[in-house]
Amino acid sequence: MKSILRITVFVLITLVLILSIVPPIVETPKNFFEFPLIPGLEDKAKIIFFHVPTAWLTVIAYLIAMLYGIRFLKTKDIYNDMKSVSSAALGIVFCFLATLTGSVWAKFTWGSFWHWDPRETSIFILLLIYGAYFALRSALDNEEKRARLSAIYSILAFLTTPFFIFIMPRLMIGLHPGALEIDPTTGQVKASSNPVIKFEMAENMRVVFFLSLTAFTLLFFWLWNLSYRVLRLKYKLQTEMQES
Amino acid sequence: MNNVRLIVSNLRKAFNRRLVFDGVSFTLEKPASIVITGRNGSGKSTLIKILAGVLSTSGGNFFYEVGESKLDSENIYKIIGLVSPYLILYDEFTAFENLHLFSKIRGIKKSNEEIFDLLDQVGLYERRNDLLRTFSSGMKQRMKYASALIHNPTVLLLDEPTSNLDDEGKKFVNKLIQDFKSNKILVVATNEQSDFQFGDSIINLDAYKINSKR
Amino acid sequence: MKKAYYIFHKDFSSELRMRFALNALIMFVVVSLSTILFAIGSEKATENVYAGMMWVVVFFSAMSGLSRTFVSEEERGTNLILSLIAHPVNIFLGKFLFNLVLIFFINTIIAILYLTLFSGFVIQNWYSFILAFVLGNIGIATSSTIIAAIIAKANVKGTLYPVLAFPILLPVILMLIEITKSAMVGESISEVQSEFFVLLSYDVVMLTASLMVFDIIWKD
Repeated sequence: MKSILRITVFVLITLVLILSIVPPIVETPKNFFEFPLIPGLEDKAKIIFFHVPTAWLTVIAYLIAMLYGIRFLKTKDIYNDMKSVSSAALGIVFCFLATLTGSVWAKFTWGSFWHWDPRETSIFILLLIYGAYFALRSALDNEEKRARLSAIYSILAFLTTPFFIFIMPRLMIGLHPGALEIDPTTGQVKASSNPVIKFEMAENMRVVFFLSLTAFTLLFFWLWNLSYRVLRLKYKLQTEMQES
Repeated sequence: MNNVRLIVSNLRKAFNRRLVFDGVSFTLEKPASIVITGRNGSGKSTLIKILAGVLSTSGGNFFYEVGESKLDSENIYKIIGLVSPYLILYDEFTAFENLHLFSKIRGIKKSNEEIFDLLDQVGLYERRNDLLRTFSSGMKQRMKYASALIHNPTVLLLDEPTSNLDDEGKKFVNKLIQDFKSNKILVVATNEQSDFQFGDSIINLDAYKINSKR
Repeated sequence: MKKAYYIFHKDFSSELRMRFALNALIMFVVVSLSTILFAIGSEKATENVYAGMMWVVVFFSAMSGLSRTFVSEEERGTNLILSLIAHPVNIFLGKFLFNLVLIFFINTIIAILYLTLFSGFVIQNWYSFILAFVLGNIGIATSSTIIAAIIAKANVKGTLYPVLAFPILLPVILMLIEITKSAMVGESISEVQSEFFVLLSYDVVMLTASLMVFDIIWKD
């Protein structure tokens, strides 16, 4: 029973790897195993199957870490803090992956590794918040205090996100799909006119994309559960050693 | 005056994985007194700090009841007075300034004469305009008593009440304790055999070292 | 409110006697401004650079001084007596008031020095600039105070402070830079009203949240 999640994750990730890398990109796709060509993107379009799930999980991991932090504040149960910190630890890994895959791709498509477009800036700020969260944790010896203060910090940092969502499109030009930009003549925020931004995903790409999203999300939950159990075991062992 | 009760049930405190005490329970109803004793590191000061509402617990609970209603943990400071070796007053201010500030911050009206009177009680009237950093440890201990009594507390928490005090100071503390015992609630943490008489009951923290969570 | 004022009063007279924060802060402002002066020299920079530089100096001087109000209590061990005489909400408000006065004082000095030393830094719309200055200072004081309360409990305090505060303060800093730029070119307030809206709502949200979580941070 316990291995069901593990096996599903394994099968899905393998499937995603094959389905996203193998199909060729052709100008006029004839069957399901050919992806349509997007001018200006070509083979580089396939990054979307890996880049978007990592960015998505960066956010999900943060939310989970914060929710379990709040739970800790309510229950004072140290296990909630372990759930919180193991989610944050995975979050920072996914955050690095999203930044890395994104900036490598940006180098070959937009010309340089970093552009300060709204989403690049957001992931950068998230990276800073994750960094600050772990810096704070390592500066506190007392477990209870560490759990309490890092939970509070994650809440405070979360409260700033609405402001960023509001600010970003005004300060920066969007390069990502779906990004907003400011109309130079009227000053109003509008949908982007950039050709790369306007692309619509083909039917079969969409299937692989959502498959990948599911696979990576399950992978996250499996890893989260695993690292939480490791932490819990370590905690129990240390308690036992101390008492004997 | 309202009836005041202190109810402690199954109190537990641990620092990281080190258990300090577990399962401490007692109830005090005005007038009452209790002595807390135990070896060094048994958690006497920790328990006093918890009862003062400045340290969090790891399990169980405690509360003060004034009349029929429970006192919010943020408002405990209004009815308790604490004297503890960990208590440090503002040494950039004079004795008078310290007490004046405390009464202002607490929001209680105290005339200068009342504060002088309090300083006189603890024998510091002559030194009222000296900075606290020039005080000896015994004089600082007297100042702690003044700061703990300024708001006429109903509950007095004393951690090592007579440390650093000379005979005259000890006499003052003795009188204060007798006063409190018969009128209000008194909690004394001490290792001195001679201080055990201060409490109607005695609690030894060495007996609360067994972890109930396992 | 009156009790909070007396906590502020205590910190203020203590600051006058001990100078925990003020001397270091003023020296910090002088040093960082002269560094910028040496770097720019007599060259004329763009509005972007001037506005950005000013609020960078403000951010780092806030980071060098605003944590003292909590850290000095924690380091000297006086936080115990403080929690024995006051309600957590009043403690936060008192400390916030102290930081607010401090940041207003320091930022006014920074602004005056900036206006006199840099000939290229000319404000055309004073209403816009002053309103942003006031709202921005409130926001900076709020977040700096609550973060200071957190780091006062940690082992390494100095380096941790800007690390924790930067992501939280970034929205304010960005908005202040935008409004300063617009005030320099003489745009009216209505053209940056959404920036003002962000500043105002930031102040309200962070102050409310800080008041709600402070007692969890404060208790040992």
